[in-house]
Amino acid sequence: MKEMTALKDPMVPAPFRIERVRKELSDTFTIDLVSAERRRAFSFLPGQFNMLYVFGVGEIPISISGDPADPETIVHTTRAVGSVTNAMWKLGAGQTIGVRGPFGTSWPVEKAEGLDVVIVTGGIGLAPLRPAIYQIMSNRAAYGNVCILYGARTPEDILFRKELEKWRGQFDLQVDVTVDYATGRWAGRVGVVTKLIGRGGFDPHQTVALVCGPEIMMRFAVEALAERGVPNERIYVSLERNMKCGIGFCGHCQLGGDFVCKDGPVFGFDKIAHKFAIQEL
Amino acid sequence: MTAKQSPLQKASIIDVQTLDDLISTLAHAGYQVIGPRKQDDAIVYDTLRSAGDLPVGYADEQDGGKYRLVKARDGIYFDYVVGPQSWKRFLFPPHQKICQMRKQGKAFRIVEETAEPPCYAFFGVRACEIAAMKVQDKVFDNGTFADPGYLGKRNAAFIVAVNCGRAGGTCFCASMNTGPRAQGGFDLALTEIVEKKRHVFLIEAGSVRGSEILAKIPRRAATGEDTAAALAATDRAVKGMGRKMVEDVGPLLKRNLEHARWGEVAKRCLTCANCTMVCPTCFCSTVEDVTDLSGSNAERWRRWDSCFTMDFSYIHGGAVRRETSSRYRQWMTHKLSSWFEQFGTSGCVGCGRCITWCPVGIDITEEARAIWESEGRR
Amino acid sequence: MVQEIGLDQLIREHPFFEGLDDATLELIAGCAANERFDAGQYVFREGQPADKFYMVRHGSVALEVRAPGRDSIVLQTCDDGDVMGWSWLVPPFRWKWDARATRLSRLVSFDAICLRGKLDADPALGYAMYKRFVRVIAERLANARLQMLDLYGAGKE
Ligand SMILES: Cc1cc2nc3c(=O)[nH]c(=O)nc-3n(C[C@H](O)[C@H](O)[C@H](O)COP(=O)(O)OP(=O)(O)OC[C@H]3O[C@@H](n4cnc5c(N)ncnc54)[C@H](O)[C@@H]3O)c2cc1C
Ligand code: SF4
Ligand code: SF4
Ligand code: FES
Repeated sequence: MKEMTALKDPMVPAPFRIERVRKELSDTFTIDLVSAERRRAFSFLPGQFNMLYVFGVGEIPISISGDPADPETIVHTTRAVGSVTNAMWKLGAGQTIGVRGPFGTSWPVEKAEGLDVVIVTGGIGLAPLRPAIYQIMSNRAAYGNVCILYGARTPEDILFRKELEKWRGQFDLQVDVTVDYATGRWAGRVGVVTKLIGRGGFDPHQTVALVCGPEIMMRFAVEALAERGVPNERIYVSLERNMKCGIGFCGHCQLGGDFVCKDGPVFGFDKIAHKFAIQEL
Repeated sequence: MTAKQSPLQKASIIDVQTLDDLISTLAHAGYQVIGPRKQDDAIVYDTLRSAGDLPVGYADEQDGGKYRLVKARDGIYFDYVVGPQSWKRFLFPPHQKICQMRKQGKAFRIVEETAEPPCYAFFGVRACEIAAMKVQDKVFDNGTFADPGYLGKRNAAFIVAVNCGRAGGTCFCASMNTGPRAQGGFDLALTEIVEKKRHVFLIEAGSVRGSEILAKIPRRAATGEDTAAALAATDRAVKGMGRKMVEDVGPLLKRNLEHARWGEVAKRCLTCANCTMVCPTCFCSTVEDVTDLSGSNAERWRRWDSCFTMDFSYIHGGAVRRETSSRYRQWMTHKLSSWFEQFGTSGCVGCGRCITWCPVGIDITEEARAIWESEGRR
Repeated sequence: MVQEIGLDQLIREHPFFEGLDDATLELIAGCAANERFDAGQYVFREGQPADKFYMVRHGSVALEVRAPGRDSIVLQTCDDGDVMGWSWLVPPFRWKWDARATRLSRLVSFDAICLRGKLDADPALGYAMYKRFVRVIAERLANARLQMLDLYGAGKE
């Protein structure tokens, strides 16, 4: 057993100051945080998450959506859906948020070097993948073709739209966006994101696929990837489960023998394929 | 822990009256001595001031959904086995404050509470309960993260084990390889020897601090006859063991995640969560937020939780495990199967509490056997 | 840039027609024609006789349904490589939706009237074509169901 001296309680958050809050979509916002104690570096890997605590309300897992190359600011993009997320949106610059993290596994950005990368994502699922996209873009030459296939509910729900447009404008990136419901003057694709997989510009035998979105979307995306010939061990998914600790103590995030908080949230699909098949596991 | 030595090698014999000396010696050494006491017709763990506080002369009758304390052999100290509580409530309290937050203008400050951990001496710890502590040790120090509150109390705790001379009706530690004789993990271990002409305790030290305490109480070296008598006592417990777990239950459940039996047991299960509350290894918790009326102080509290509640698996939109059958399956497969994947050990130590305290008497050994037999075994 | 490929070759290389023998491919190519639609132009309209089916070479065609008092609702878009239209297989052989190019689109059209007769006359050919269309229909249905689930929607509340 470990010596007790100077062991910090990993359940106690550290205070971070909100630098900026900006609205992304009608229900989604991004918060920039800096350490309130001192400008200390906060390094993380793409795909990892933090537990964010809102004073008196509660604590929830939110993925880091910023650039791993900027260790001073921690960026989170959150969809307001319930008590904690809505309370968080009401906060403003100068206020405090409690942070614990970074926790969990990461996208295999380095392992994908030398291969094509296809990113299949929907809705808020783009947020946990943005750090991976940043990292890939900063080392673009190390990869083959890179495709971002993104699905949103309506054109108004397209997250990070300016960035997607910028990336699309670059010649070294394929960006395909589709919406479930066209509204307004949308002249782009209408249909489910899984349909984009069939013709994405990647070589299925030399591709790493990163998949993040609602679980149903991920199940169908994996199926479409398999149909194109991408093997399970090169498909990665990020899972969501209730989390009260993020560190393997509270038991809430269990998926069979895995703790989603520490054995995930990013899993090689080959490791969990059999679990996806069992209802209510 | 030091290298294995043959059990009982350095055993001593003490008189029953010496139990009192042992308790007061521990108290003098600065320990808060906790042990079994009779309260509201059940054995609970509470502060012991003397051996007189022990439920002398009582035994328990346990079966699925049944628990009763009865007057048994006069003067016997440890004829009962485990009650509804376990030592977990001291090492991992049902309610613990994580921290406190204080508003300061727009910001808030985090106040961490760093009280000295209490120094407990657990008196009368059964073999299965030592096994349970070892199981929880792996949870609260998982190699990446450690819970300093738990570890502080755990490392400080002095453990006086009692090897069972009588097994309870729902016990199955023998088939889980966790008892009835404690194999290490204690500072001192007692075996009650009850014969026609004598009533003594065989006592062994399992650690340096155990030997130091032992050195302070009157004793004599144990003879071969004494150790044989002690071993005979635990052998009797093995023979009287109420229940038995089927073999290789981990892989068995893993390949039967969609067995019809889950649906059947769900018809009886009330999802009351009793089994998880009484279980000495269940570690699940949730966190509660409290604010004072002024709204300038907030606290975070960790509280025991159970996979039997609907909220446990809630993610925005609904719970993952809505059906009783999937919650029961989570519990049982966790205890007996997925625990191995997580911690390399069984999550069940065979103490039988979940059987006894289930209001409808669902029996984990019986459920496992039903699935086992459905595979055509006997 | 890729040079204009002949219709023959295009059909031969399209996964939809994969596995058909040369004679059949030739027959199909014989019913095919290149068509071009400007942004906003209709490929077909709801209720009109369905006498063709299409393959999108480049561009995007929206399948829409009209509703009074509002913009047409886009059900889905057919994009590069998609095979579009099966009303020609199902009585009363009329289009169920509008199809409108959302940008300049080049399509290959197939004369269904000519094909329909041949499929009726040659059950083996009929089966081969139906098998291919059932796949398209099944995929379309699965996608429509997924869309209906409103995966990212506020619908979960
Ligand atoms: C690893 C991980 C990363 C995530 N990253 C993001 C992200 O980047 N952006 C984002 O918008 N959302 C993310 N989520 C989902 C986010 O945690 C939930 O939307 C949030 O917990 C909802 O909290 P609430 O109090 O507002 O909702 P309520 O519906 O009021 O929920 C009550 C409580 O249930 C639990 N809960 C509810 N939904 C979820 C959920 N989906 N996952 C886990 N616990 C939940 C929380 O404890 C929450 O406080 C992530 C979830 C996980 C597990
Ligand atoms: S599962 Fe039941 S028998 Fe096993 S350790 Fe827990 S309470 Fe005891
Ligand atoms: S059985 Fe349930 S309550 Fe007990 S540790 Fe496992 S998940 Fe937690
Ligand atoms: S979130 Fe607590 S164990 Fe995973």
